[in-house]
Amino acid sequence: MSYFGDIASATKTLISGMKITGRYFFVNFFTRKEIITVEYPDNIDTLKMFDRFRGEIVMYHDENNQHRCDACTMCEIACPNGSIEIIWDKAINEETGKPKKFLEEHIYHLEMCTMCGLCIEACPADAIMWGQNFHHATQDRSHLTKSLNQPGSSFIPGYKNPKK
Amino acid sequence: MTANKTIITDFLVDQMQMPVDIAFWVEIVVVAAVYLGVFALLGLFLVWMERRAAAFFQQRLGPNRRGPAGLFQTIADALKLVSKEITGTEKRDKFLYTIAPYFVIVTALMALAVLPFSQELQAFDINLGVFFITSVSSVAVIGIFLAGWASNNKFSLLGGMRSGIQMISYELSIGMVIVAMTVLTGTLQLSEIISFQQEHGWSIWSGHIPAIIGFMIFMIAGTAESNRTPFDLVEAESELGSGYHSEYSGMNFAYYFLAEFVNMFIISAMVVILFFGGWLSPFGITDGIPYVGVFWFVFKTLGVVMLMMWFRWTFPRFRIDQLLTLEWKYLIPISMVNIVFMALVVWLGLTF
Amino acid sequence: MGNQQFLADKIRTQEYHLNMGPQHPATHGVMRMVLKLDGEEIRDVEPVMGYIHRSIEKMSEHITYKQIIHLTDRLDYLSSHQNNEAVALLVEKATGIEVNDRIKVIRTIMSELSRIASHQLWWAVMGMDTGALTTFFYGFRDRELINDIFEETCGSRLTMNYSVIGGVRYDLHENFVKRVKDFIVHFRKKLPEYDQLLSNNVIFRKRTEGIGILTKEQVIAFGMNGPTARASGFVCDIRKKIPYSAYDRVHFEEIMATEGDAFARYKVRILEMWESMRIIEQLIDDIPEGEFKVKTKAVIKLPAGEHLQRVETARGDFGVYAISDGKKNPFRLKFRSPSFANMHGLNKMSEGTKIADLVVNFSTIDVVVPDIDR
Ligand code: SF4
Ligand code: SF4
Repeated sequence: MSYFGDIASATKTLISGMKITGRYFFVNFFTRKEIITVEYPDNIDTLKMFDRFRGEIVMYHDENNQHRCDACTMCEIACPNGSIEIIWDKAINEETGKPKKFLEEHIYHLEMCTMCGLCIEACPADAIMWGQNFHHATQDRSHLTKSLNQPGSSFIPGYKNPKK
Repeated sequence: MTANKTIITDFLVDQMQMPVDIAFWVEIVVVAAVYLGVFALLGLFLVWMERRAAAFFQQRLGPNRRGPAGLFQTIADALKLVSKEITGTEKRDKFLYTIAPYFVIVTALMALAVLPFSQELQAFDINLGVFFITSVSSVAVIGIFLAGWASNNKFSLLGGMRSGIQMISYELSIGMVIVAMTVLTGTLQLSEIISFQQEHGWSIWSGHIPAIIGFMIFMIAGTAESNRTPFDLVEAESELGSGYHSEYSGMNFAYYFLAEFVNMFIISAMVVILFFGGWLSPFGITDGIPYVGVFWFVFKTLGVVMLMMWFRWTFPRFRIDQLLTLEWKYLIPISMVNIVFMALVVWLGLTF
Repeated sequence: MGNQQFLADKIRTQEYHLNMGPQHPATHGVMRMVLKLDGEEIRDVEPVMGYIHRSIEKMSEHITYKQIIHLTDRLDYLSSHQNNEAVALLVEKATGIEVNDRIKVIRTIMSELSRIASHQLWWAVMGMDTGALTTFFYGFRDRELINDIFEETCGSRLTMNYSVIGGVRYDLHENFVKRVKDFIVHFRKKLPEYDQLLSNNVIFRKRTEGIGILTKEQVIAFGMNGPTARASGFVCDIRKKIPYSAYDRVHFEEIMATEGDAFARYKVRILEMWESMRIIEQLIDDIPEGEFKVKTKAVIKLPAGEHLQRVETARGDFGVYAISDGKKNPFRLKFRSPSFANMHGLNKMSEGTKIADLVVNFSTIDVVVPDIDR
């Protein structure tokens, strides 16, 4: 009687599937214990990304608003898609009396960056690093072109690159 | 005809000094408006319920922002749909395209009108009640078919063709289950069916084995009638985009959407009336009190609706030929045998 | 039969074309299929590719080998680690860089985790294509745990960019081992649920069994590989045939089936998830100590000539073929992507099936559209 046997076994498989979903339904209906989603904008204060999360490139600044970038342009060369532009100038170093490069602006095109991390790896001075911010949505594309060195910041005087 | 009518007409004639003729028409308008409101609210409530239930099945939270537990979310969605532009394809058949949604919505409304919410609350107690519901809801397929045809879109057309095949075949087994249940209760009138159950216990109990078989067939065929997973081939999202209503937007789309949910309610209500005693309370605990029946009726119907949602959020979808195999090779023979079985049971007096 | 002939004489039917995609929920991206239909029955399927072509191969000719790696993330984004690894292994092999055991083991664990994650996503979407919407969320629920592991160690969930030439980018995070073990305990409990919910379901079985059958000969003729080909009995696991990284020291079975239908393809992937967990369990307990990255030259040049490296991604045999003229960028680079090869089986599979079967078949060959177009 495979006709009725088919019906019986089919019903059994259907019910075993319904058991799975049914269990989740009742647990969630009464206790919300198996809910796996989070209510995103509400948990924004407690939401913490992992340390290594690649959100954007930021430049390290110490408390005196000083950074470690000596405008060596290694990051600019390492970037595969031209997301970084270094604008530098030369000034006479007072100690040595020789002309020395200094950073005018470290321009970072977030809209082109693929978060490959090659620039950070290339930087000999660890001047740039990953930022964990992921709220990048803006109304205007031009907001995505950022200047990484803060206004008025300067190179840490006498900073020696440990890797050089 | 019903208690409901006399209440309104009595009130109008006695208190407002209205002539009887006018009172009659005023009553019709009032009842129609009430049912339209019930239709809209019911549809919106069911959409909310579906979304919420689906979320719990899927370990999500579902809509929970607007109003208590997100109850107003669907109202907001409806407002959004009202404000949307009504678009359509360039080469559509304008006339058919425009009237198609109304077939669906009007038939759903008409079927809603004969449902006995309680002993006192039934707009229209026709003596062919069950027959009326099935015949009226089979007109709905025309709306879906027209939508598929008139949209001038191949995906819609495929959806429409599928709906024609599906709804017409599954109507047969629904009809046969109804015949079997009529053998048991001996009447087609909804109020009579319920009063039979009041005397003899719910049909699923008094009709035992054939009634349970009938219930299972009715559930399967009813799910197919209301085009829900596992029988949602008509709007199979992963195959046809959204099927027959691909080209409908704004309110026209909302009509289909609401009608689908109200149809689901009607099918569930039919299950409750035929098998679970309509507005009767379990063991007759509140049978004497007027209007409490409404609670029991809605409660039981939502229970059946819940079961259909459970199906939807668990099962994959059939293929069109398997759908027909299920109907013609399994459901129809079984329900035919079931009629004979039921007749035997009733004839031999084996009912409880 | 005679009856049908009679009908065919009387009723005039007409074949028509249906354009599925590029924006269609079943095509998993921007894939377009032109179907020739007779009613619901498929006469012919013509996949039209190129809607997401980004010319990654051409771009690679102008950048250094270090930089090429991050582009391979964007080919088959569900097996991004294996793609990265392929380029890294190619360069290491060509320039003779020896990597230590720790790196090999880390790469293997990461590969297998990506394979599980990819199969989980495939299962989720497979359920959705057959109409069971809930599987989508259950699949993603379990995949999320793997994504967290990736994010903690690699910094990214999808485009991992973790393998670099001569090692991996970061050392394993201190929570890594614990998280992976937790995941395996969790997933060993949840994987049987997949079977109960979908694999055993009678509707699903009816939808997949005997649908889209490909024989072993056809599979070989089309150049198909990966789980899709193994379901037809073609022994083609690169992990077994040309072991790379730490695959030569772990014990696992190459999952095979012989039916060649949609359900066999489904079954192979489900069993592969069990097998991947077995591989991870063998490695996770004693990850060797050592450097996570060996020292390499600042500018890497490949010796002139042809170089080839094959790895097994979640979709099959992924090959990187480079012609070098001794410069720091390749003269020509070719990615042999498994999705592109597997795609060709679709037409054969769909002969005489219905539209609904096409969706199932498309789902079981598990293509990633950016991998087709590159
Ligand atoms: S992360 Fe990569 S793409 Fe982005 S700026 Fe750095 S090198 Fe360029
Ligand atoms: S960020 Fe680093 S690599 Fe880039 S210019 Fe500054 S010091 Fe050089």
